[in-house]
Amino acid sequence: MNELIMILNELDDSVNWDKETAVIDRRILDSFGVIALVAELEDHYDIEIDAAEIVPENFNSAAAMMEMITRLQER
Amino acid sequence: MAYHTILYFGLFLPVMLLLYQLAPARFRWMILLGGGYVFFWSFSGKLLVFLIGTTLFTHYIGILLSDTKLRCRDRLEGCDRTERTKIKKLYKKKERWILTGGVVCLAGVLAYLKYYNFFADNANVLLGAVKSPFLLEPKNLLMPIGISFYTLQAISYMADVYWEKIPAVRHLGKVALFLGFFPQIMEGPISMYSQTGGQLFEGRPLRGDNLADGSVRIIWGLFKKMIIADRLYLFVAAVFDHYEQYSGVIVAAAAVAYTVQLYMEFSGTMDIVIGSGKMFGVDLPENFRQPFASRNAADFWRRWHITLGVWFKTYIFYPMSVSGIVKKWNQFGRKHLNKYMTRLGVSAFALFPVWLCNGLWHGASWNYIFYGMYYFTILMLGIAAEPVRTALLSRLGINENAAWFRTLQILKTWIIIFTGELFFRASGLRAGTAMFVSIFRDFHLSRLWDGTLLGFGLDQADFLAIAAGCLVVAAAGAVNEKKLLKNKGIRILPLPARWAVYYALILAVLVFGAYGIGYQQVDLIYAGF
Repeated sequence: MNELIMILNELDDSVNWDKETAVIDRRILDSFGVIALVAELEDHYDIEIDAAEIVPENFNSAAAMMEMITRLQER
Repeated sequence: MAYHTILYFGLFLPVMLLLYQLAPARFRWMILLGGGYVFFWSFSGKLLVFLIGTTLFTHYIGILLSDTKLRCRDRLEGCDRTERTKIKKLYKKKERWILTGGVVCLAGVLAYLKYYNFFADNANVLLGAVKSPFLLEPKNLLMPIGISFYTLQAISYMADVYWEKIPAVRHLGKVALFLGFFPQIMEGPISMYSQTGGQLFEGRPLRGDNLADGSVRIIWGLFKKMIIADRLYLFVAAVFDHYEQYSGVIVAAAAVAYTVQLYMEFSGTMDIVIGSGKMFGVDLPENFRQPFASRNAADFWRRWHITLGVWFKTYIFYPMSVSGIVKKWNQFGRKHLNKYMTRLGVSAFALFPVWLCNGLWHGASWNYIFYGMYYFTILMLGIAAEPVRTALLSRLGINENAAWFRTLQILKTWIIIFTGELFFRASGLRAGTAMFVSIFRDFHLSRLWDGTLLGFGLDQADFLAIAAGCLVVAAAGAVNEKKLLKNKGIRILPLPARWAVYYALILAVLVFGAYGIGYQQVDLIYAGF
C-alpha cells in the first residue's frame, strides 16, 4: 500500500490518498490523470490493466486501486 | 413528429402514456417498443429495417460473446495453471474477433450511409488529378433517423458484454427497447445498457410526481427552443448562408448567436426527451451541465453533449490508452524520454482517434473534421502547457479560484467555443475559414446597436425576448451550478412558488414562443447528425 501511496503522491502530493474515497467522482484525477496512473501501475506492479477495469469503482480510493492490483496480479 | 411539435407532445406522448398505463405491467415494454417503431417509421418509413437489423445483429453478437465465455469456463474446469492461461488466451482471441466483427459491421453500415458520398467526392478529386478514367458514382443514400445515436448504443452494448460489465441479454425485446426507446431515438442521450436497459423493461406504473416533473422539464425545453433558439435561427441562417455579404462584428455575433441557438435547441430537446422518459419513470442520463461555466476546453467537453463524451472516453480513449501501441510508446519513453514527454505522447495517441471520430460522427464534411482537430489541438496545447502554467501561477502568487481569474478563464473558453462553432456551422471548411478571416475586417462594434441587426427578420421585441430568455436560462443555470435546489429541481419549492413557475413557463412559451405567422418551424439540428 505504501508503494501505491508513493506513486499517487508523485502524481499529486496535495491529496490525502489514505483517506480520499472519491478520487474520480470529485475529479481529483481526470481522464488524463487516470491514464498516467494506469501506465505507472502497469509498469510498477507488472500487471495488465484492461480498458474494462478503468471504471470509477476501481480508482475512487487507494484501497480500491490496491484491490484491483491484487486481483490482476492473481490472474 | 419531432419532439418540439404539437403532434408529439399534444397527441403521441399522451396516447403513449394512456396505452402504457392501461396495459398490464408485463406487457408495458411492448407498448414502449411499438411506440418507438411507430415514431421511427413516421420519419424514416421502410428504413425501420435498419433499426430492426441492428437490433437482431446486436442481440446475436451479445449471445455469441456470452456463449463463448461459457464454453471457455467449461473448458477451464480441472485444468492446471499453464493450461488455463493457454485456454483463456485462445478464447479471449475468439471473443476479440467476435467483437471486432460486430463493431466493424455496425460501424460499416453507418460509415457507408454517412460517408460514401464524401469519400467518393474526395476520391474523384484525386482520380481527376491523375486523369483517371474511373470515377466513383455518387449514390442517393437515405439515412435512417438516429442511426448515429443507436449505432453507438449498440456498440457500447457489445463492448460491455465483451468486458463483462453486463451479462448478455437473452430477451430480444429488451435489446430492441434499449435501442428503440422513442424519446431517445432521434438525438440521444446516448445511454449504456446498464443505465437504461433495466428501467425500460420494468413497466413501472405512471406516478403523479413523475408526470409533473416530466411535464415541467418538457415545457422548459420548449421555452429554450421556441423563445430563444427558433428566433436566433433567422439571424444565424441569414449570415451563415450568405456569409460573403458580411464581415466584422456581424460575423462574430452570428458565431455567438449560433452557439447559443445550438445550446438552447439541443439542450432544450434533451429537456423534452428526459422529461418524456421521466413521465414513464425512466431516468435518462443528462447531456448538459452548464457548459458556459466551463473554465477550459476539457471542462467544456465534460459539460456539453456529456453522453457522447462519455462514450468516446469509455470506448475509444481508455482502450487506446492501454493499447499495444501506447504500451510500446511507454516502454520507449522510459528508455529515451522523460516522464513529461512520455505522458504527452500517450495523451496524443489516445486523444487523436477520439477527436477524429468526434468530428466525423457529426457529419461527412471537412469542416467537421477540422472541428475535431481544432479541439484535439487545443486540448493537447492545454496538457503541454500545464507545467509552465502551474509554475507561472505559483510564481505570480495567483489564486486559481479567485473570482477574477475564474471569470477570465470562462471568457477565454467562450472564445474557444464560439470559434469552434463558427467552423461547425459554416457550409464547408472554405466558408468557415473565409468567415473567420472576415471577422477581422471592418470590425465596428457600433453595428450591434446602430440598427444593422434589425435587418435579419428580427425586430427589437424579438431581441428583447431572446435576451430575457437567455437571462432566465442563465439564472436557472446558476441555481443548478450552485446546487441551490439540491439537485431536486423545483419540487422542493413551496406549492405557491412551484405553481407560479409552472404558469410563468407555460405563459412565456404561449406568449413569447416563436410560432405562428411570421415564423417558420425550425428542424432539430442534431437530428441531422
